[in-house]
Amino acid sequence: MERRASLTLIRGGRVVDPSRDFDATADLLLEGGRVRAVGRVELPADCEVIEAAGLVVAPGLVDMHVHLREPGYEYKETIAGGLAAAVAGGVTSVAAMPNTRPVTDDPSIVDFVLGRATAAGLANLFPIGAITRGLEGKELTEMGLMKEAGCVAFSDDGRAVVSGSVMRRALEYSRAFSTLIIQHAEDPGLAGCGCMHEGLISTRLGLPGIPAQAESSLVDRDVRLVELTGGRYHVAHISTAGAVAAVARAREAGLPVSCEVTPHHLALTDEAVMGYDTDAKMSPPLRGAGDRAALLEGLARRVITVIATDHAPHDRDSKRVEFCRATNGVIGLETLLPIALELVRDGVLPLKECLAAITCNPAALLGIDRGTLAVGAPADVVLFDPAEVWTVDASRLHGTARNTCFDRRRVMGRVKLTLVGGRPVFREGI
Amino acid sequence: MSLPREEILLGSDQTPGIIADMAVRLANDITRPDKRVVVGIRRGGAQLAYLLRQQLTPLLDRELPLGFLDITFYRDDLDTIGPNPVVGGTDLAMNIDDKRIILVDDVLFTGRTIRAALNALFDYGRPEIVDLAVLVDRGHRQLPIQPDYAGVVIETGEREFIKVREGEGGALTVVRRFL
Amino acid sequence: MRSTAFTEGSGSEMIAGNSAWSKKHLLGMEGLTREEIGVILETASSLREVNHRDIKKVPTLRGKTVINLFFENSTRTRTSFELAGKRMSADVINFSVNASSVSKGESLYDTVANLKAMNPDVVVIRHPESGAPQFLAHHLDAAIVNAGDGRHEHPTQSLLDILTIDDNLLRLGRTEFSGLTVAICGDVLHSRVARSNAWGLATMGARVRFVGPPTLIPPHAAEVFGVEVHHDMESGLAGAEVVMMLRLQTERMQGGFLPSTREYFHYWGLDRRRLAMAAPEAIVMHPGPMNRGVEIASDVADDPERAVILDQVANGLAVRMAVLYRLCGGGRKG
Repeated sequence: MERRASLTLIRGGRVVDPSRDFDATADLLLEGGRVRAVGRVELPADCEVIEAAGLVVAPGLVDMHVHLREPGYEYKETIAGGLAAAVAGGVTSVAAMPNTRPVTDDPSIVDFVLGRATAAGLANLFPIGAITRGLEGKELTEMGLMKEAGCVAFSDDGRAVVSGSVMRRALEYSRAFSTLIIQHAEDPGLAGCGCMHEGLISTRLGLPGIPAQAESSLVDRDVRLVELTGGRYHVAHISTAGAVAAVARAREAGLPVSCEVTPHHLALTDEAVMGYDTDAKMSPPLRGAGDRAALLEGLARRVITVIATDHAPHDRDSKRVEFCRATNGVIGLETLLPIALELVRDGVLPLKECLAAITCNPAALLGIDRGTLAVGAPADVVLFDPAEVWTVDASRLHGTARNTCFDRRRVMGRVKLTLVGGRPVFREGI
Repeated sequence: MSLPREEILLGSDQTPGIIADMAVRLANDITRPDKRVVVGIRRGGAQLAYLLRQQLTPLLDRELPLGFLDITFYRDDLDTIGPNPVVGGTDLAMNIDDKRIILVDDVLFTGRTIRAALNALFDYGRPEIVDLAVLVDRGHRQLPIQPDYAGVVIETGEREFIKVREGEGGALTVVRRFL
Repeated sequence: MRSTAFTEGSGSEMIAGNSAWSKKHLLGMEGLTREEIGVILETASSLREVNHRDIKKVPTLRGKTVINLFFENSTRTRTSFELAGKRMSADVINFSVNASSVSKGESLYDTVANLKAMNPDVVVIRHPESGAPQFLAHHLDAAIVNAGDGRHEHPTQSLLDILTIDDNLLRLGRTEFSGLTVAICGDVLHSRVARSNAWGLATMGARVRFVGPPTLIPPHAAEVFGVEVHHDMESGLAGAEVVMMLRLQTERMQGGFLPSTREYFHYWGLDRRRLAMAAPEAIVMHPGPMNRGVEIASDVADDPERAVILDQVANGLAVRMAVLYRLCGGGRKG
């Protein structure tokens, strides 16, 4: 083992820290796993130096929507495997969804998950607890005890909380602990047996479609319940123009409503399903061009403030089947940064705003002291080359799963070094 | 790439005489005109069959039934015909059981077309006799098949193309093409 | 029995379109050119003659292996392909996979891996899920024929329908498809036959209408297929020269698409009165099997003057022979 200097200086990079509205060439001094100074720093004695000229130095990314398949589905991905993928993508904090087996609906499961993450020693894991026991949409979980155990939000993700009364009680009860309720907004009755977005492509392919209204109608209802209850409500993986409009209205009215969008919904449309590509199958489905445009506009207008991956690893057999029978989900941790940077390239967001959506904004919603380079904050840092062009190769990703919808895509922006608590956990070429 | 060289072997002024001569030889051999049927192999033998039948009519004092045979589905070279074989369709309206068939094709070369035509013919019935009449016998047989009536016998190289073309008024021209 | 729209010149002339087939698979009508459709129909026209002989067999596909892989019960389509293969002298093997045994274990991928070992030349697949033939084309070297996938496509049905319409063009007072009005009526949403015919007939130049209750018309149908959509039979049948009725699956009542077969027949069933709204010589088609009294009245279905439903069956055999021939034959080595 190499001896670690307790001091690390990251020298001469472009430091972009949206949490403090900071964007300048600067040095970053880390000590004892925390940020000690940002600015012009004299080289102290016994200090490891990392030259960052030409690189962007940013807070480690925060992905508030990740599926780690442990416990229960280790053949798809383990916690250690998922966290390896995270740090390779510059993600230093992940919020893990509770749809494991058993479901994270009890403090003991929270303990187990946190123990596994600590053992892996890679990215930080922040568990999200289930809203209802077994994700069955009926009885509320022990949100207070689970929050004490470490849960940062609650969600039945993978399924919607369908019952209006259950959602009402969840939003009400969560207020006692000021915690966030995250909804997978899809009306299962309206979605029916649909396996892709209902539109021109579904009709051409002869696949049953899911209308956009399956999402927007549930978001509309939930916003009414927020009016009623005052609970903090967050729409996971928003995908439709109608739902964006509903969130925009709620935010204008000052309601505690927020939402996130995935890189794949920003970058792709239902055209990607042509040829029945099961790696383009997820829930919610890839939408039409009009919905995609509304998502980009929602980001630009700050209606959507978070980009999260909905990273959903699956084994090969779950995807190597007929389209309708394929499991929903795509991985995204390792492509989060370059796909997000396409927004900068395309003029949708300036770099600082773009990074805010994957650092301080989600951290603030979850109430965690991450996604910032403020002095005293944990030294979670990512260094990336914003100009390096590379080609995504599913077979060379760092996690276990291979189900990316961006295979063979030419992208720009590559992670060079990821530090968690000041410790290098991923290094590529520097 | 130079254009293929072409040489006319028999002009449209020469072939009618040859066909007339074939008809005379055929007519001399025909003992049971009531049993005779002319069958042309598509596509090259069709026009020759028509012309032969025309010449036979005054000689026999009757018009023999005329049929056409498409052998596309009987060829033994499915993978090598080229990408898109032309299917012309078979038109054998008559019953050929116990008939004496005059099978007609334009050029006799390897014998494979005739083999296929015989197979096809026997799927329609059981003729008593099959005679083979061709305008040109160019040699290079690969099967034990010989013509009963050949208009002309021509010495050819194996890689030459011998084509029979139908000109205006239906007269035939025989050309040799070099690659 | 020559086809009207595809035959040009005398028998010894080159037939237009006969040189246009270049597809390795037949996965759907979408994307087929008019020339490619012409090639299949022209070949089928020639092959029809084989089916009327004493010896109903040609040696064309001797030594070729055709596997019929059926994941749905369909005695008609399977026997049609089986007979087509046998009449072309191919070795035909039938695999009927019960959908329930699929759910018990073997995946489509495993089935494909097993097929691979048999080195087939053609695999004919019928499957309840849209896209299954594409899956096979991706994983197998054989030529794939889609014999119906989910609600996606059923190209051989469309080809036989086009051939049947072609046979009747003269009686409809036409020499080509251009301008011909075809009404496809009933459960269009769940119908692969309707989708394939919408593509195929549009390529041929016909004007296609979808006629049915709003719950059974696919979303965005007009935009995707370039068809006219009608929700009532009166306007949908007005002037139609071909009336193509679709099978209504009774499961649709449970799915909430329709309240009852009684109401369905009342508003969208084809009876004498409704047929009278179509063009005077209009022909009636149905891909089978028919639900008499649900989508079509028996006296219409059995009317020899108007219904060409049995001609469709006969043409189906010839079309499938032609498809097998074109996919096996001709220059695949090059």
